[in-house]
Amino acid sequence: MSSQRSRLNLLIVQTLVVSLMFALIGRLFYLQVANTSVYQDAALSIQSRDIVSPALRGAITDSQGIPMAMDRPGLAITVDRSVIDKQADKGVAVLTRLSNLLKLPYPDLWQGTRLCGELEIGKRSGCWNGTRFQAIPITKQATQAQALVILENSDVYAGINAETLPVRSYPMIAGELPVHVLGYVGGVSEADLNDPSKGFYRNENVGKSGLEYVYDDYLRGKPGIKTVIVDRKESVTQTSQNSQSTPGNNLVTNISAPLQAAVEKALDKAVHTSRSMGYHADSGAAIVLNVKNGAVLAMASWPTYDPNMFQKGLTVKQAKDLFSESTGVPALSRAIQGTYAPASTFKALSVVAASAAGYNLNGKYNCPSKVQIGNREFKNFEAKNEGTINLEQAIAVSCDTIWYQIAYDQWVRDGGLSPKSNLKDYFFLNAKNFGVGKKTGIDLPDEATGRLPDRDWKKNYWKANKDFFCNYQKRAKAKDLTPYLIAIAHENCLDGYIVRAGDAVNFSIGQGDTLLSPLQLATMYAAVGNGGTLYKPQIARAVVTPAGKVIKEFKPEVNGKIPATASDLEFLHRALRAVATRGTGAGLFANFPVPVSGKTGTGQVLGRNSNGSAKDDTSWFASYAPSNNPQYAVVMMVSQGGFGAAASGGGVKDIYTALFGVKGNKVDPASAIFPASGPSSAIPVIDTKGAAAMKVVKK
Amino acid sequence: MTSINPSIRVRTRSDLIRRNLAGFDKWLTFAVAALLLVGTLLVWAATRSWFSSQGLDPQYYLKRHVLNIVIGLLLAYGTTMIDYRLLRAYTPIVWGVGVLGLIAVLIPGLGSTVNGARAWISFPGGFQVQPAELAKISIIVGIAMLLAEKRDVDANPTDRDVVKALALSAIPVLLILLQPDLGTVAIISAAILAMIAVSGAPSRWVIGLLLVALLGGFAAVKVGAVSDYQVKRLQAFVDPSADPQQSGYQLRQSRITIGSGGFVGRGLFKGPQTNGRFVPEQQTDFIFTVAGEELGFLGAGFILICFLIIFLRALTIARRTNDLFGRLVCVGVIAWFAFQTFENVGMCMGLVPMTGVPLPFISYGGSSMFANLVGFGLLQNVHVRSR
Repeated sequence: MSSQRSRLNLLIVQTLVVSLMFALIGRLFYLQVANTSVYQDAALSIQSRDIVSPALRGAITDSQGIPMAMDRPGLAITVDRSVIDKQADKGVAVLTRLSNLLKLPYPDLWQGTRLCGELEIGKRSGCWNGTRFQAIPITKQATQAQALVILENSDVYAGINAETLPVRSYPMIAGELPVHVLGYVGGVSEADLNDPSKGFYRNENVGKSGLEYVYDDYLRGKPGIKTVIVDRKESVTQTSQNSQSTPGNNLVTNISAPLQAAVEKALDKAVHTSRSMGYHADSGAAIVLNVKNGAVLAMASWPTYDPNMFQKGLTVKQAKDLFSESTGVPALSRAIQGTYAPASTFKALSVVAASAAGYNLNGKYNCPSKVQIGNREFKNFEAKNEGTINLEQAIAVSCDTIWYQIAYDQWVRDGGLSPKSNLKDYFFLNAKNFGVGKKTGIDLPDEATGRLPDRDWKKNYWKANKDFFCNYQKRAKAKDLTPYLIAIAHENCLDGYIVRAGDAVNFSIGQGDTLLSPLQLATMYAAVGNGGTLYKPQIARAVVTPAGKVIKEFKPEVNGKIPATASDLEFLHRALRAVATRGTGAGLFANFPVPVSGKTGTGQVLGRNSNGSAKDDTSWFASYAPSNNPQYAVVMMVSQGGFGAAASGGGVKDIYTALFGVKGNKVDPASAIFPASGPSSAIPVIDTKGAAAMKVVKK
Repeated sequence: MTSINPSIRVRTRSDLIRRNLAGFDKWLTFAVAALLLVGTLLVWAATRSWFSSQGLDPQYYLKRHVLNIVIGLLLAYGTTMIDYRLLRAYTPIVWGVGVLGLIAVLIPGLGSTVNGARAWISFPGGFQVQPAELAKISIIVGIAMLLAEKRDVDANPTDRDVVKALALSAIPVLLILLQPDLGTVAIISAAILAMIAVSGAPSRWVIGLLLVALLGGFAAVKVGAVSDYQVKRLQAFVDPSADPQQSGYQLRQSRITIGSGGFVGRGLFKGPQTNGRFVPEQQTDFIFTVAGEELGFLGAGFILICFLIIFLRALTIARRTNDLFGRLVCVGVIAWFAFQTFENVGMCMGLVPMTGVPLPFISYGGSSMFANLVGFGLLQNVHVRSR
């Protein structure tokens, strides 16, 4: 028997069996020898769980050591999942009772006690980002009475506990609440968790904006980590690591809490004054800089918001309101993120440009009510004819037509519509050297760049929008199809890349496409005040350990020099002082005991509000004081605030009143915020423990 | 042939046993013994920390596993005692009992469902029997009988013999399909195919059946004859993240557990994945992951080498015997063991889709252990009687 075929097929079976076994051995080698490290890592992440106990976050203090943001113990109500999961109804009854006690909606409570991984993607908002093994805080702002109910009825509140946890709080010791400067803290986002360079832990609170974000690495501290090894049912089998938390460092800023409070109050008042005069006044900003080193002494933005809501647990509505147009986008810091046409405040820059172009700053110029340029008429503000006046007076009364003529002449000199190859571009170049279109580098996130609408910008803008201009009738909204706008679009389509006469003259008075943030303008006026140095505005002064050791000091940094000569500066000091003595600011600062130099600005804004009304002018006042020895630069801007002198001018005066301790028409040095010698740069001793009991301390 | 030597009949019973044992293939015996020993340690490792954490006897599974091995060894020895050629007489009985068992599991109240397959009969006292394991043996012996019997020495099986063999296996295979237990059907199909091929039957049968098997598997998935849990397992194989908590979870955990063992392993009883019980059913279908994690490439590789030795020795036995029945039994058992090993280990390592078959000689489970050891007995029986 045993045919050939039988033997042959037996051999085939043998070959198959041997190949199957070698396939298995090959795969085993691939898993266990070639790639074992990958699988070892994966196994470790499956087995270990980190229990994070948050560190005490460092305080952010003002220049005197007054805490403006700090962690304080909050009474937290927590839920222990490992207990309620073992209840027959998985904790439904207990959570229902808790929802009644805390007056919180039950669905929110249920969601808040679910681990994020337990929920479907897209249904995770409000979920718990930590692990099952740590108590989940429901609120950090419970009342004593609520806590007592829970502690005394531990049988019906099984798995619920009351304990103290650190809460970010804002003691407002001087009444200040600089939310746009401080920023806020919040839970780690999933994206940040997955970024190993950040080294965040689940359940940690991290800075989300403002100083809290920029100096997060100093403030955050190191959380205590207990690593446990768990089994598949998530019961702990062993503890593999246990480290104590290290509190974060304190950040001392240049902000003066009492001044900040005064600035916030002045800004709020300016907005409301403007509204009472019938303007929209939708937002505003105010800044005080130390002109001698760029230190930011106060910075406020309006509208503002309550940072405590991040600790109470942000509701969806609150989060939307922060960024909603209807509430005025309170999250936006107008001081550094809002950009506006600087209007006549820009003339301080134009003076320097004109001087460079060879104009005699002490000469006399004609200030007619209007100037004809090409086929357009450019009018003085309110079409006032001032006759022939010197340039100092032109600044004081804010004559526009002189600047139109100078800018037009320069534009023609540079070739007009056919630009020459060796362009002088005194106005553009000068503005660029003042820092227009460049971030100041302040130590806050997301600072706006502003815009220098020079020849390059024109070209790029035209390239990007040519298609729209050339097909305007097809692309534009019906309400924008007016003959005037259609004509402009046609013009822009043909040669929108060229700087036209209108662009040049508008630029000289800070209108047209020029945009500056209030902070940028403040640094420029500070530079005029200090003799020409553009400092980088700096909020942080030092980082101090909880034990009081200074581990980092932030020294003033220079961004550059403004292109003004000594005689330009001498002229500017005279002219800007004249604004307050006999010009557009004279009414405000009559009999003011501190000499103030400044410039009003009233910026026209194209476009309409959502209700269809035309936008009101941007109200500016940029200044420095004391005029004889400038120490402070103060800028206020009220968007849709109307005249510069009215809303912002009044606000700036209020700020100087608080700053110098002005009582009536006298200075009371005891009420001044800083000593006569100016703000001290010493690093204060911080006592966050006594913070709650602290009174407003001046000086 | 030794078996018809009259001198055997006058020997005492103990002489007979001694002579029988001495006639065993030593490499085959050694390899199976090694697997049984390693398997015992692995079953213990897979269950001890889990049971003690539940406050139960950590040696519960160990004891039952050892008992299963002892019963299995007795069955194996019994199998080697009877001349396999006499076994043909019992074949119809074995076959009949197997089919009855397979019918019984489908009756509600008698059969119980484990992991989606209605494959078990539960007896009082916690004993469970898996009739499909018995069916494997009855089909192998039955087919060998039909294809090898009543034939001239060099004659090959006719078409008629093949049809009879297929008809004989069709009933139990259909019953197993109804459970449904595709893994076991695949193993039995492999055994049938190998036996028909080696029997010398016309090649068209081998090629034809191969095509039918491929088309059948494809059509089953397409038409939906495959039940939901099987489709899920298949999807989880293609994309383990598709169903992370169920099939995909098991496959992912299984691969991680093996991979994390590295070259020398974490040490017996020291595997964190095993002790944390991250791989479900680790003492049965996923026992290989314990070997992978705790014994590493050295230990898991040793197990695979032992299997290779078993297969190669069994193939040698099949080649050496001049009796077609014996050869076919051997080939059937080899195909069964080899295919089941490949299915099981391949599944643990993510090489083939998930099927619920145990690892021969190693996994915990009475029915399968008994069947494996009876299979081992059949191999030794043929060996002893072909010398």
